[in-house]
Amino acid sequence: MRNLTHLERLEAESIHIMREVVAEAEKPVMLYSVGKDSAVMLHLAKKAFYPSPPPFPLLHVDTTWKFKAMYDLREKSAEEAGMDLLIHQNPEAKERGVNPFDHGPLHTDMWKTEGLKQALDKYGFDAAFGGARRDEEKSRAKERVFSFRTATHGWNPKNQRPELWNLYNARKAKGESIRVFPLSNWTELDIWQYIHLENIEIVPLYYSAKRPTFEYEGGLFMADDIERIEKVLGHRPEITEKSIRFRTLGCFPLTGAVESEAATLPEIIQEMLLTTTSERQGRVIDKDGGDASMEKKKQEGYF
Amino acid sequence: MSDQDSSFQTDTLIAEDIDAYLEKHQHKTMLRFITCGSVDDGKSTLIGRLLYDAKMIFEDQLSALESDSKRVGTQGQDIDFALLVDGLAAEREQGITIDVAYRFFATENRKFIVADCPGHEQYTRNMVTGASTADLAVILIDARKGVLQQTRRHSYLCHLLGISNIVLAVNKMDLVDYDQATFDAIVEDYAAFAKEVGIDSFTAMPISGFKGDNITIAPSPNTPWYEGPALIQHLEAVEIANTAAQEGPFRMPVQWVNRPNLDYRGFSGQIASGSIKPGDTVRIVPAGKTSTIKSVTTFDGDLEEGIAGQSVTLTLADEVDCSRGDVISAADDPPEASDQFRATIVWMDETAMKPGRGYWLKLGSQMVTATVQQPEYEIDVNTLDHLAAKTLELNAIGVAEFATDRPITFEPYAKSRQLGGFILIDKFTNATVGAGMIDFSLRRAQNVHWQPTTINREDHASLKNQTPRVLWFTGLSGSGKSTIANEVEKQLALMNRHTFLLDGDNVRHGLNKDLGFTETDRIENIRRIGEVAKLMADAGLIVLTAFISPFRAERRMVRDMLPEGEFIEVFVDTPLEVAEARDVKGLYKKARSGELKNFTGIDSPYEAPEEPEIRVNTVDMTPVEAAEYIIRQILPLK
Repeated sequence: MRNLTHLERLEAESIHIMREVVAEAEKPVMLYSVGKDSAVMLHLAKKAFYPSPPPFPLLHVDTTWKFKAMYDLREKSAEEAGMDLLIHQNPEAKERGVNPFDHGPLHTDMWKTEGLKQALDKYGFDAAFGGARRDEEKSRAKERVFSFRTATHGWNPKNQRPELWNLYNARKAKGESIRVFPLSNWTELDIWQYIHLENIEIVPLYYSAKRPTFEYEGGLFMADDIERIEKVLGHRPEITEKSIRFRTLGCFPLTGAVESEAATLPEIIQEMLLTTTSERQGRVIDKDGGDASMEKKKQEGYF
Repeated sequence: MSDQDSSFQTDTLIAEDIDAYLEKHQHKTMLRFITCGSVDDGKSTLIGRLLYDAKMIFEDQLSALESDSKRVGTQGQDIDFALLVDGLAAEREQGITIDVAYRFFATENRKFIVADCPGHEQYTRNMVTGASTADLAVILIDARKGVLQQTRRHSYLCHLLGISNIVLAVNKMDLVDYDQATFDAIVEDYAAFAKEVGIDSFTAMPISGFKGDNITIAPSPNTPWYEGPALIQHLEAVEIANTAAQEGPFRMPVQWVNRPNLDYRGFSGQIASGSIKPGDTVRIVPAGKTSTIKSVTTFDGDLEEGIAGQSVTLTLADEVDCSRGDVISAADDPPEASDQFRATIVWMDETAMKPGRGYWLKLGSQMVTATVQQPEYEIDVNTLDHLAAKTLELNAIGVAEFATDRPITFEPYAKSRQLGGFILIDKFTNATVGAGMIDFSLRRAQNVHWQPTTINREDHASLKNQTPRVLWFTGLSGSGKSTIANEVEKQLALMNRHTFLLDGDNVRHGLNKDLGFTETDRIENIRRIGEVAKLMADAGLIVLTAFISPFRAERRMVRDMLPEGEFIEVFVDTPLEVAEARDVKGLYKKARSGELKNFTGIDSPYEAPEEPEIRVNTVDMTPVEAAEYIIRQILPLK
């Protein structure tokens, strides 16, 4: 007898979940944000259906404010996996020029929350894989693997189903949809270890390098598209070259960088294990509205 | 165990040799456990302590914790670990359903997933959910209070869900001065009823989640008399159920058929038990065909051997029928298949269980329609007494017989969680309403073989020169069902068709005279009518039934009994105002005055058909016109 390692068991569980969805849903899709969790999820999808390519497309709900390096990896990953890549940008947000500097929370709401709903409706997807994990935040600890949404994408906390053994109830009425989180039981450390072990390609921004940075409202940001930032801010911020990396990746003006020398995966994991602040701290999204903000976003339909 | 046996992560190794650390951590195993007890037992404090000691708590969380502890904590100036995990209390106030929260921590050797089920009201449902995936249970007892009724309940539920590793954590030892006699008395007390519940062995340990005694290192200086392991040491040492499953016979429920091209046909699934190698002979259950394993395919290359817990894709040497729902099994030791079995049920829905109603039953990758009988008994989770029961309400546990519309492959739950545990799904709300554990198959299913008759249903029908049909009229009382059905029968008789009309008069007074008008009785009423209609259709008749049959689930049940296309739902769509205004039998008047209870349309719902084959109404059509219309829809009937 041989003990499966924790990563082998997490992998087998995620694969089981993905196959259940493909067997029971009519039109599944994988939400792909190009972050490290998405990278792991995509890798698991390749494993789940091998030798077939994953039998669903990737959907990127784009805000137009992602890092350039993310756009580059997006195309490459989809092609390598043999999957269709769908990109949706909320036309209304585009028209109104919604951006993270002038519009704050509205930016996330319009581009991501509304954009996601539009995209799912447009293509008629009834199941969408997402890379959220239970360890990310207190309110996610009790999130189900299969999370049900009404026809208007509402999340009713009272209407979620108990999940026993490895049995998932994927039945739903017309118009209703499911968000499925195959990485529910993974922790941040598991994700990094798996990326290391499986040699999964991730956006280079996770690795430390000398990059142009500027400070804005107390945070350290990368000057990824300085012309555009200047246009929105009305002035050119002072740029300094620093050795930085990112612990999470979102829209570049919303994602804070950390100063770091960790340029390899073991160094990143080392830094993570010795660091003393939680992962989401670098993301501005959780800070407006305090503890309950993620819960609220979920009810509104942002993942 | 020695003092140097430090379980938790060592910063030195991380800092000095990260590669060695990673190498070590890639070989960790994983254990899932559940903690049982209320906040008063110090459960949250214990979990908070484990997370804290495992360094799962970051500085920003810790500083928030320190300020919270001072502000709202219950431990004075000390850190209140409970606040780390008690975020759920606030949610309860907001009315959010709290069931199971999953928490994660790791030591040098294992990753742990803790199922934490707070709350009292929904306790059974939550605990059962959390326990269903747990290898081990930590049952917490407050040393000051000893064994309580809830201890018995927790132990019973853990045992019911098949957890064989039970840890009795006698907590708050600091509050009883680490007194050995107190500990021993509690252990003795617990041993007595553990036996009663069916728990053969357990591990007892004196701890303090708050002070940290016997959590990572044992014995704590405060309990020199304790000779057992510390909690973490024990958690790291116990055998994992998943590993133990490798010893069982090979079983893999097929989830998905993998067909990238015409030359490859693979069967994907997660191995439930045993192991598999190329060349092994397997049997596809329930069909029973055998074949040989050609390969155990994965993205990382073909495996020499696949073992329990792995998700793989199998290819076979022969072209055999195999699809989702089938179980690929060891050829010489296949699991049972049956359509009747006895199971222990935990009811999880606000709406009580309905004996006789069809539910979706999901077991492994199989989905069938199942009807449940009236429970043999309900189990009082506090006393373990058997109570008489007609149904099961939310959080009730009972034992009942099940019948499925086709045989399912299963094993007794005691042998296999994956092939013995199932969920029940309401066909209309799609909610998961119950969980079941199969005790055994009722031999009846195997013994009562269909008597193969020489004259079959096709012969009956062809002798009558017609195609059998069941015209199922549904609608409110007074909608005109019987009048129209009667007219249809009259016209069919003129066409030399062989028919029979079932209505309240010839059914309620005989076959169903033992049934009243409660919801359960109404379901049974329709079930029997459905069975009779089916027999008559087998005899080649065109059957007409005229019953209110208000519930979609029952109409669906009858539809599922019959061959495809034979069931014709005729919705007599007369509005309530019209039917009530007619009130031929004076029943609406009685219902409105409260004299008549459970009257459809008044104080009992009518679930209108969503897609009936035929819809008629008696406002725009006369009964004769309606009957002619119906006959036009169902012709030629040959």
